[in-house]
Amino acid sequence: MATPNTQLWEVFIRSRNGLAHKHVGSLHAADTTLALQAARDIYTRRGEGLSIWVVPSNAITASDPSEKGMMFEPAESKIYRHPTFYDVPDEVGHM
Amino acid sequence: MSIASIQVSETPLVLYALRRADDALILGHRLSEWCGHAPMLEEDMALANMGLDLLGQARELYSYAAEVEGKGNDEDKFAYLRDVRQYRNLLLLEQPNGDFAHTMVRQFFYSGFADLYWRAMMKSDDAILAAIAAKSEKESAYHIRHSSEWIVRLGDGTAESHRRAQSAIDDLWAYTGEMFEADDSEWALIEAGVAVDPATLRSHWLKTVTDVVGEATLSLPKNDWMQQGGRSGRHSEHLGHLLSELQSMPRTFPGATW
Amino acid sequence: MYTQALNASDAEDRYIEDADRSAQFQARIDADDRIEPNDWMPAAYRKTLTRQISQHAHSEIVGMLPEGNWITRAPSLRRKAALLAKVQDECGHGLYLYAAAETLGTSREELVDLMLSGKAKYSSIFNYPTLTWADIGVIGWLVDGAAIMNQIPLCRCSYGPYARAMIRVCKEESFHQRQGFEIMLTLARGSEEQKAMAQSALDRWWWPVLMMFGPPDKVSQHSDTSTKWKIKRFSNDELRQKFVDATVPQAYYLGLTIPDPGMKQNESGNWEYSAIDWSEFNAVLAGNGPCNRDRLAARRKAHDEGSWVREAAQAYAEKRKSRKAAA
Repeated sequence: MATPNTQLWEVFIRSRNGLAHKHVGSLHAADTTLALQAARDIYTRRGEGLSIWVVPSNAITASDPSEKGMMFEPAESKIYRHPTFYDVPDEVGHM
Repeated sequence: MSIASIQVSETPLVLYALRRADDALILGHRLSEWCGHAPMLEEDMALANMGLDLLGQARELYSYAAEVEGKGNDEDKFAYLRDVRQYRNLLLLEQPNGDFAHTMVRQFFYSGFADLYWRAMMKSDDAILAAIAAKSEKESAYHIRHSSEWIVRLGDGTAESHRRAQSAIDDLWAYTGEMFEADDSEWALIEAGVAVDPATLRSHWLKTVTDVVGEATLSLPKNDWMQQGGRSGRHSEHLGHLLSELQSMPRTFPGATW
Repeated sequence: MYTQALNASDAEDRYIEDADRSAQFQARIDADDRIEPNDWMPAAYRKTLTRQISQHAHSEIVGMLPEGNWITRAPSLRRKAALLAKVQDECGHGLYLYAAAETLGTSREELVDLMLSGKAKYSSIFNYPTLTWADIGVIGWLVDGAAIMNQIPLCRCSYGPYARAMIRVCKEESFHQRQGFEIMLTLARGSEEQKAMAQSALDRWWWPVLMMFGPPDKVSQHSDTSTKWKIKRFSNDELRQKFVDATVPQAYYLGLTIPDPGMKQNESGNWEYSAIDWSEFNAVLAGNGPCNRDRLAARRKAHDEGSWVREAAQAYAEKRKSRKAAA
């Protein structure tokens, strides 16, 4: 008999105060409490974390890679959004 | 077995440290037996983490016992070169892993106690024991959390898991009384502010256990006959087998370094 | 720890797919772009990776057993803690790898079922027994050493989730080989009995470890497509040679003899090893190694005896959900 599937979770960890949570991997667990404990036991064994988020994998909505052009390329030409676009004389100093 | 066991000068403080060290080693060893065989990979990780916490506690406590004794013994001599009558751990902790329910109920009963115990010991007048307690308390706090969650899931899961969890409680209940006993050797330390009277922890422990067991739709046995003997070396038959495996290398190769 | 190149044929998957997409895909690979789970990929790429990553995961999990055999008998508390932590790491690595494989569309449970039914392979090295404590040293020193040799290039593999899992695995494994070498060094500096134990372990593991790198390049069927797809960056023989060259001086340092009397150093400094007995490799692969049956039986037992626990967790989760909905 095929083994029934258990819910898949994505794990996010904040490694230090002041940093954002970062995706570190996945795990299987039947519910949120077990998922959180498993995340602690699997992904923080070497002191990697101060805070954990677990999210059911199927709760994540992802952008479609085939729409990459429409989604992300229009931003590439807007170079005036970056500080290096503007000339400020050196003698003015750091701005 | 070609090497003799060591002699230990069991002054009250040496004996006290050895008893807690043996608790941690024996339970840590039992948990390490699961490695590679747990019901799911996630739980394999968790059991090994708890085992490593306990091994760490054992090593610190043995080293402290060796220092207090001052007879040239060390953590490995205490662990590997004492026979079954010289071991001082609680009977509960040497009980075989059995099924996952037995392992979790054993963990739940013990860490519920250990968490309260280490928290109280943080105020010990013995600075080393207080420091070991501060570290161990955080570890046991997680162990009680983890095992409680499983007791609830096993008890309130399926008919089979309920039956298995209830039978684990029934089988292990009689070994819980020993956690709250203190003999004359401990009383000297309790009066000196080095140790805590474990009997004072019982009502709090019983409340935690009753609450979790209730939430799990399980029940505690009415029978309150309690087994004793671990603290003075009168063990169940299981410990001898555990030790013959644990100690096989140093007993077979006397004096070797590994 | 390691996945070996196996010789199953992919021929049936090499049908023609959308030519434009295939070309675009290959162009991305050639440009060292990483492929991510939702990206279009050829069916054969998906299948090859699913098989390789899951075999790698199975190997980590089955690999817990030979070393786990000594956790309860480790000769000191320090060694016991290190070994338990190491075998636990392998469980973690299996877990990361299953997760990477799952991003290709097959669930962990399905992959595990394939292994338990004997349809999916794991590294043959774990079908040998750990007879003495020295075997634990040799596994850390040589088996993990060979694994690292193989895994470091995988950190740059074209499939993003696999590469990321390998980076984490390599980082964690850095203590494994040192742990093994330290065990060997202690034995080599110990009594005559301990030295003999170390030598005997090296004698038994040396050739199986060389076989871990997979069949020789001239018969390996996977290498072409795997290289083209940047899953594999070095050939089996290249990695094997690199491993031998790194290991010979270490054995010399330990005062141990590599069980290959014909081995000699050539003019360019490489150590030339004697012919490998591939009939042994094939026999173990076919299920006739000393421990194949034991390993599968142990994994099946853990899986079967764990099913009521998994069912309980699932049943409780469903009850909790419906109670919440009712409230």
